[in-house]
Amino acid sequence: MERPDAEAPVIVVDKVSLAFDEKVVLKDVSFTLERGHTKVILGASGSGKSTILKIILGLLKPDGGSVFVNGERIDTMSETELMQVRMDLGMVFQEGALFDSLTVAENVGFKLYEESTMPPDEIRRRVEEVLGFIGLNDFIDRMPSELSGGQRRRVAIARAMAAKPGILLYDEATTGLDPITAITVDEEMVKLRDLENVSSIIVTHQLRDAFFVATREAVRRGDGYEIVAADARKCDEAEFIMLKEGVVAFEGNAAELRAAKDQYLRSFLS
Amino acid sequence: MFSLLDAWLKGAVLEVQEYVRLQIATIRGVFSRPFYFHDVVEQFEQIGIGSLTVVLLTGFFTGAVLALQTGITLDQFGARPFVGRLISASMVKELGPVLTGLMLAGRIGSGIAAELGSMVVTDQINALRALGTDPVRKLVVPRVLAGFFMAPVLTVISDTVGIIGGWLIAVFQLRVASSVYWTSVIDGLYLDDAWMGLAKPFCLGYVIVTIGCHVGLRASGGTQGVGRATTNAVVASSVAVIAVDFFVTRLMITLLY
Ligand SMILES: Nc1ncnc2c1ncn2[C@@H]1O[C@H](COP(=O)(O)OP(=O)(O)OP(=O)(O)O)[C@@H](O)[C@H]1O
Ligand SMILES: [Mg+2]
Repeated sequence: MERPDAEAPVIVVDKVSLAFDEKVVLKDVSFTLERGHTKVILGASGSGKSTILKIILGLLKPDGGSVFVNGERIDTMSETELMQVRMDLGMVFQEGALFDSLTVAENVGFKLYEESTMPPDEIRRRVEEVLGFIGLNDFIDRMPSELSGGQRRRVAIARAMAAKPGILLYDEATTGLDPITAITVDEEMVKLRDLENVSSIIVTHQLRDAFFVATREAVRRGDGYEIVAADARKCDEAEFIMLKEGVVAFEGNAAELRAAKDQYLRSFLS
Repeated sequence: MFSLLDAWLKGAVLEVQEYVRLQIATIRGVFSRPFYFHDVVEQFEQIGIGSLTVVLLTGFFTGAVLALQTGITLDQFGARPFVGRLISASMVKELGPVLTGLMLAGRIGSGIAAELGSMVVTDQINALRALGTDPVRKLVVPRVLAGFFMAPVLTVISDTVGIIGGWLIAVFQLRVASSVYWTSVIDGLYLDDAWMGLAKPFCLGYVIVTIGCHVGLRASGGTQGVGRATTNAVVASSVAVIAVDFFVTRLMITLLY
């Protein structure tokens, strides 16, 4: 696929607002995601984090404002046009949203099987590869109903990554995982960002995972790679935003977040 | 009071509008790419083969009970040998299509609404869209095609076993000679009746499946919502079967006779 202008931001959310019936969920939310950067969205339960991701995917239409993905305005697009935009997007849904009539392999390879011309044995190899990243190779031919909650979550992560999208949206991808598995997933996010130039939005309650991704960097070492502490410039590229009752209450990098004085922020961080 | 009526009317109009929109998208999906052939085959099997048992049973017993009942009536006119004629005419024109339709509404309509409904409330439909697949093409089109083409096949099967059921009763209970029964069956079948009996199930199959899909895709509110959608789908498609049967009959009478 042809890559749009490398300098332009991959996602621009501009003054987006949305209400379900009477209930206002988002009010004038704006932010920008640069290519190869990470944006962490924090916020209490019900503050509209999942909703904003769905708007970026075009699954929900905002009531007002505009959304651009890879330079194209998507909030006014038809469903058919959106399909093209979604080819470069991957999303991990909060509840996993695995197709329960399909096996793990069919779930992970879904996009490749259904919407690409890749030969089946090549898809199978790719599926094995991504399942390997998150340590689920033994479960490749199981049904989703035979997996634990955390395993389902990891399959969902693998599914989002399988087609190598340029933008990944993670909705609580590490919530409910044990610390060791969570770190594996975090490292995968860092690796995709730094080695494959994938841009990502991470929605999470797990501050530890958010800070991990924001303050680490993946560098190539010979054949493999290594995760090291990021330098100041790299740390700056990972931005945090905090949603509170539908508005952006904080925007800044990890250091600024740690230093924030705001009472609400402080109670959220502790 | 007035605002209640107003809200209800708005809801109804929206519902119809969405239903029509789904049908347009479906028809477009049938005639353009991408077309998910594998899913179509799977649905033909699910809907066709899966419904065979219930259709065989209902068809058989309907024909049999029809023979029993009409046998008594016909005796009053000394017309017992004509039992085959009555059975074939009523099975092929009305009972076969309608009863198969009702059985499919119960089995297929509810199943589709429950499956699609739970996919909606667990975000699977959203995941499908996020992965670049159109849920209408992937899920609705295969089911509608299968319903549209399998309902007539199942109806013909139901007609056939119904006539066979009637034959068993006629021969063993009513003591009508086999040859008399079959001659009478053939006499009762006019070409126009066959057309009517065949046109109906196409419409019924289409209506049952599109209602199931529509109701399922509009489900909301967790598992409870899925339950509600399933019930609604069965009720709506059963009523639709009877209503559509009436209108198609009306139309075909104007066209054929
Ligand atoms: N389909 C819907 N209909 C009505 N209200 C909705 C719908 N989806 C979400 N909401 C409301 O929108 C608000 C934001 O929901 P959202 O799922 O975005 O929250 P969230 O920030 O992801 O929360 P969590 O951390 O618990 O996942 C909530 O108050 C919710 O009640
Ligand atoms: Mg959420």
